[in-house]
Amino acid sequence: MGLLGSLKDSISRVTASLFENGAEPKRIGIYGPPNAGKTTLANRIARDWTGDAIGPESKIPHETRRARRKENVEIKRNGKSVEIDIVDTPGVTTKVDYTEFLEHDLDKDEAVRRSREATEGVAEAMHWLREDVDGVIYVLDSAEDPFTQVNTMLIGIIESRDLPVLIFANKIDLDEAQINRIENAFPQHETVPLSALEGDNMDEVYDKIAEYFA
Amino acid sequence: MAEVEPTTPDGVEIDLISGRRMRDKTSMEKIRMILDDVRDGNIVILEEGLTPDEESKLIEVTMTEINPDDFAGIEIESFPRSAAKKSGFLSRLVGSDSPGTKLTVIGPANQIHSLHKDETLIRALISGR
Repeated sequence: MGLLGSLKDSISRVTASLFENGAEPKRIGIYGPPNAGKTTLANRIARDWTGDAIGPESKIPHETRRARRKENVEIKRNGKSVEIDIVDTPGVTTKVDYTEFLEHDLDKDEAVRRSREATEGVAEAMHWLREDVDGVIYVLDSAEDPFTQVNTMLIGIIESRDLPVLIFANKIDLDEAQINRIENAFPQHETVPLSALEGDNMDEVYDKIAEYFA
Repeated sequence: MAEVEPTTPDGVEIDLISGRRMRDKTSMEKIRMILDDVRDGNIVILEEGLTPDEESKLIEVTMTEINPDDFAGIEIESFPRSAAKKSGFLSRLVGSDSPGTKLTVIGPANQIHSLHKDETLIRALISGR
């Protein structure tokens, strides 16, 4: 290799180290149906590793109506660390009826406004899934039936994009929780039981995040 | 004698759409056709389902069209893709985007009160407009 070739190689290496700076943090989308506990989980992870929360939690469906990203969350496991961006997304559904919000003591104007924002949020979440996430944590409520069309479609969409996915069976603190129902619904993926609210089994959650998304 | 006006009988229109009819359409043409039909209060049954990418776009476009006054979204159910078909040589050759044969029922959310599904049965209870 001539002098010119060596110089070219050196410049390439310096340029690469300047701009690549190791691996970029992977964007991990937290997906699932409304009220599965996605924001509670996102907040739990963010608080445990950065000290900050991501967004407000609520029992009213569609509390999260915009995708929110928490950047550079460094999770340390077994002497290694993985840096990820957490993207908390609105709950995905195929229908939004404003009258359902009236049952939560909201007046009609507020219910209509919330339903409009919810529809925009779901569309945004779908766009993120197609374009902008590198992996998915799919959160399900262990006390609810997982055999729904939305769950089946979303898992199918995630699989078709070859994204790594972990299924989190949340709310295991509830008496009605049935983790095996979720394991049976999606046997092709690993299911991790947890309670994001109570902080149950978070060690395994972080082990799996590090293992799948490193 | 007064002329008798033709009347449209009350009821729900069900459109069974063959795979052949959908095959030459682009993704957006399929989605537009489905949503126009559903927004008219009809039930659409697709002989062959949508690809995962089309399903994703269907959800996205549905969300942009929801209107508190007249459209609350859709109900959709389909049989799972056949595992055998998915892992077959031909399926791998044509890519994972092939829908395979996947009977799919789509209707307006405010008219389908109950939609049950298991591996061999999709049961829908449909009300009039």
